[in-house]
Amino acid sequence: MLLIRCPYCEEERPELEFRNAGEAHVVRSANMAATSDEDFEKYFFIRSNPKGVIYERWRHIHGCARFFNAVRDTVTDKFVMTYKAGEPKPKKLPGVAK
Amino acid sequence: MAKGAVKSAPAGVERRPALAGREATGKSVKVEPLGPAERVSLRASAESVASLSRALGLTLPQKPKTSAAKGSRIALWLGPDEWLVFDEEGKDLLGDCAKAKQLHSAVGISHRNVAISVSGPAAEACVNAGCPQDLSLAAFPVGACSRTVLGKAEIILYRPAEDAFRVECWRSFSDYVFTFLSEAARDAAA
Repeated sequence: MLLIRCPYCEEERPELEFRNAGEAHVVRSANMAATSDEDFEKYFFIRSNPKGVIYERWRHIHGCARFFNAVRDTVTDKFVMTYKAGEPKPKKLPGVAK
Repeated sequence: MAKGAVKSAPAGVERRPALAGREATGKSVKVEPLGPAERVSLRASAESVASLSRALGLTLPQKPKTSAAKGSRIALWLGPDEWLVFDEEGKDLLGDCAKAKQLHSAVGISHRNVAISVSGPAAEACVNAGCPQDLSLAAFPVGACSRTVLGKAEIILYRPAEDAFRVECWRSFSDYVFTFLSEAARDAAA
């Protein structure tokens, strides 16, 4: 079983307590009515789906119930790090080259 | 506390606890339903905590996985702005919360939850049969509490003593949770 660190509970918890909630840092337009169809499609449907490091929202649904962000490697399924919702994308990732 | 307690109710009203009369005993663990209690689901921001603590007569815990007890009243930390407060003597929790002047949300859930006691030297093994958390005393000491899962049901787990757990689940899940713990109690060894 994977252990995921919840930034609010401040410890690693079993994956069964968590739920994935899609890609993180997808910004909703402040003026949705003026958004072009192409831009809306990008915002609404298009996801990066990378091979490697991905930024995702997760929810500790059977724990503190909080949403937070996680950096995960889609190849190894390893969690690189987690951070609280609303915090900016971490510039440096621990243990990741580049 | 009476087993599967039936408290005196107003005349003509029969109190029928969800797990009345059920009990399971393993070699070194006992699973039994706990009596009714007053329960409140409390949501409040950091600014309201001091005011609510005064109103409730206990300091609401602010650190993850911790609890605070005062007399028959216990507050469990569930999230950064969420607590489960319960009182086994049935004292008026909602009335006390209402005395707090700061903004908060207190919802009475006394009848939504059912509490089950798991006690004995093998209590930890029994709960661990369905709960994936580390329940060793180092990771889950006396007084620790957490919302988590047991099998397929969500539970709130609280450890009042080294060899005892209080398992709270929703009333509609109580049959599943109790049966799960009963089966686990048959195998659990300290």
